[in-house]
Amino acid sequence: MEIGVRLFAGFRKERFRESAMAWEAGMTPRSIAGLLKIPMEEVGIIFVNGRHADPDLPLLAGDVLSLFPVVGGG
Amino acid sequence: MSDRILRIDMTSGSTVFEPVPEAWAGLGGRGLTSAIVAAEVPPTCHPLGKNNKLVFAPGLLSGTRAANSGRLSAGAKSPLTGTIKESNAGGTSARMLALMGIKAIIIEGMPEEKKLFGIHVTHDSARIVETDMAGAGNFSVVEKLSGEEGGKAGVISIGPAGEMAMPSANISVKDPQGRVRSLGRGGLGAVMGSKGIKYLSIDPSDAPGISYADENAFKEASKVFAKALTEHPVSGEGLPTYGTNVLLNVLHEAGGLPTRNFRTGSFDGHEGISGETMHARIEERGGEGRVRHSCHPGCVIQCSQVYPDKNGKVKASGFEYESVWAMGANCGIDDLDALAEADHMLDDIGMDTIEFGVTMGVAMEAGILSFGDASGMLRILKEEVTKGSPLGRLVGAGAECLGKAYGMRRVPTVKGQSIPAYDPRSVKGMGITYATSTMGADHTAGYTVTSNILNVGGMVDPLKKEGQVELSRNLQIATAAIDSTGLCLFVAFPVLDIPESFNAIVDMLNARFGLSLTGDDVSALGTSILKTEREFNRKAGFTEAADRLPEFFSEETLPPHNTIWDFSDAEVDAFWEF
Ligand code: SF4
Repeated sequence: MEIGVRLFAGFRKERFRESAMAWEAGMTPRSIAGLLKIPMEEVGIIFVNGRHADPDLPLLAGDVLSLFPVVGGG
Repeated sequence: MSDRILRIDMTSGSTVFEPVPEAWAGLGGRGLTSAIVAAEVPPTCHPLGKNNKLVFAPGLLSGTRAANSGRLSAGAKSPLTGTIKESNAGGTSARMLALMGIKAIIIEGMPEEKKLFGIHVTHDSARIVETDMAGAGNFSVVEKLSGEEGGKAGVISIGPAGEMAMPSANISVKDPQGRVRSLGRGGLGAVMGSKGIKYLSIDPSDAPGISYADENAFKEASKVFAKALTEHPVSGEGLPTYGTNVLLNVLHEAGGLPTRNFRTGSFDGHEGISGETMHARIEERGGEGRVRHSCHPGCVIQCSQVYPDKNGKVKASGFEYESVWAMGANCGIDDLDALAEADHMLDDIGMDTIEFGVTMGVAMEAGILSFGDASGMLRILKEEVTKGSPLGRLVGAGAECLGKAYGMRRVPTVKGQSIPAYDPRSVKGMGITYATSTMGADHTAGYTVTSNILNVGGMVDPLKKEGQVELSRNLQIATAAIDSTGLCLFVAFPVLDIPESFNAIVDMLNARFGLSLTGDDVSALGTSILKTEREFNRKAGFTEAADRLPEFFSEETLPPHNTIWDFSDAEVDAFWEF
């Protein structure tokens, strides 16, 4: 099942900016972060399709997952 | 020696140090500028007339060893909004004034002849001198004064925009490297210009320094405070590493990045101007570029940066998210170097980058130039604004004025001030802050982005109405209090999450002044500042009807979430029930 994954700030280092690849069914933000070796405690913001999402939300084909480290500004 | 107030009368040319009245003794920063403006400025006066006053005040903790305590507040009646105004910035002056025992500088009256003056301030004297720096940009003013008075002098100055009394003119404050930070919003530079003042130079030699009621207790509390700042993931890691512009991609992904004059909530050119691109370019170009930079001595967060040009020379410093957004996504421009050039020119001219960028967005919609036209924007700055041509004056008057002149309906302002970098339809808490702030549309007044987007201090869904009024109210009260301490607002990230850091602020205030404040007293201070400011606005003619967002936000849905601004008037007005 194809899921778009976008990474930001330091998460891009030695990984990628954006990927659209096929994942096994039943993926969640947490499991994808795990496979990408991103520790969950470093994740500050999880968006699925531009909305805040729970780390254990089951992802559907065509979803876009965006992962940010802990950041701030203003 | 006890603190004093320096009063400068530009009508008579007299300067006098006065004792601090009892009622103002416990105030600093925004609390003090707003109290003085409310007490001494007639709310219906003309902002550029002799009855308006310009007040500078360091915060209650400025000058001390407290981390991040060097913000300087300036206040007056705003020529942009017609409301009371407070704006604050870093730089070196707040610390100096505090060490000199100057609790506030009040500048009143105006010279009869149209002449330009500088004011030289030491700890026990203030001298008004005529200056020949008419038309000079801020950078040359700072350079010239640093040369004459020794590199260490503090400088507070205006550029050509302030001299021309443009409603979007700001006031510059020299930073530790001799570049500038801005008292940005609301046209305070025009007030300074209307009083014939080009600059204040601050010479802190022989300053008596800070006295503490209990120095040891202060030391202890300041350690706890600094530790919280460096340990919280946002202030300790996120802000210093990526700077404020990391928000560009965050807001793009969240669908809350106002694009092409608030038509959509995401920008196709976002990568070109993102924090990630900025960071990579600073590292790649090296030279004088810096990923971390502090706007004043004693900042341990260092959210700022220095952006170099292709040859590694400084292009822009303090090149923040708000500026990149306003002139970038909001104008459909994805060229970071062009934005850096505009940012640098605006610092020199002395004009608010947010007001300018939003005005350009309206100008593009009006067809004066097209969206994405970076060179057209730079040309307008160089050829029109700097020279004060009719178009330049119109641009300098801000988005609302330019929108009116061109018969535009979609003009994103509240109380005449441009809405900053978060669309109120998809970051709804910010809509409440824009509508109700005593300052006109201002993101710093109650930064609900923390809970709406960044997951700091709890979570409130940005796309729903629930919880936004309460969130904005709590933050506006807390912000008014923090703005009085001289602490940078970014201390709010740890303060919202780590209770000890808030207690440490209270402990520092007590140890500095020999008080026995509690946390409740600090919130009460915030509440009373907001009420004082609102009362000034009421007397100036602002009713609830002014606490409204422009109509188009309730009529046009914002892609990608297709949300609208759906708060009723009564729901917005409930903000003030405290
Ligand atoms: S965190 Fe940023 S804005 Fe705050 S004091 Fe430091 S450099 Fe200035």
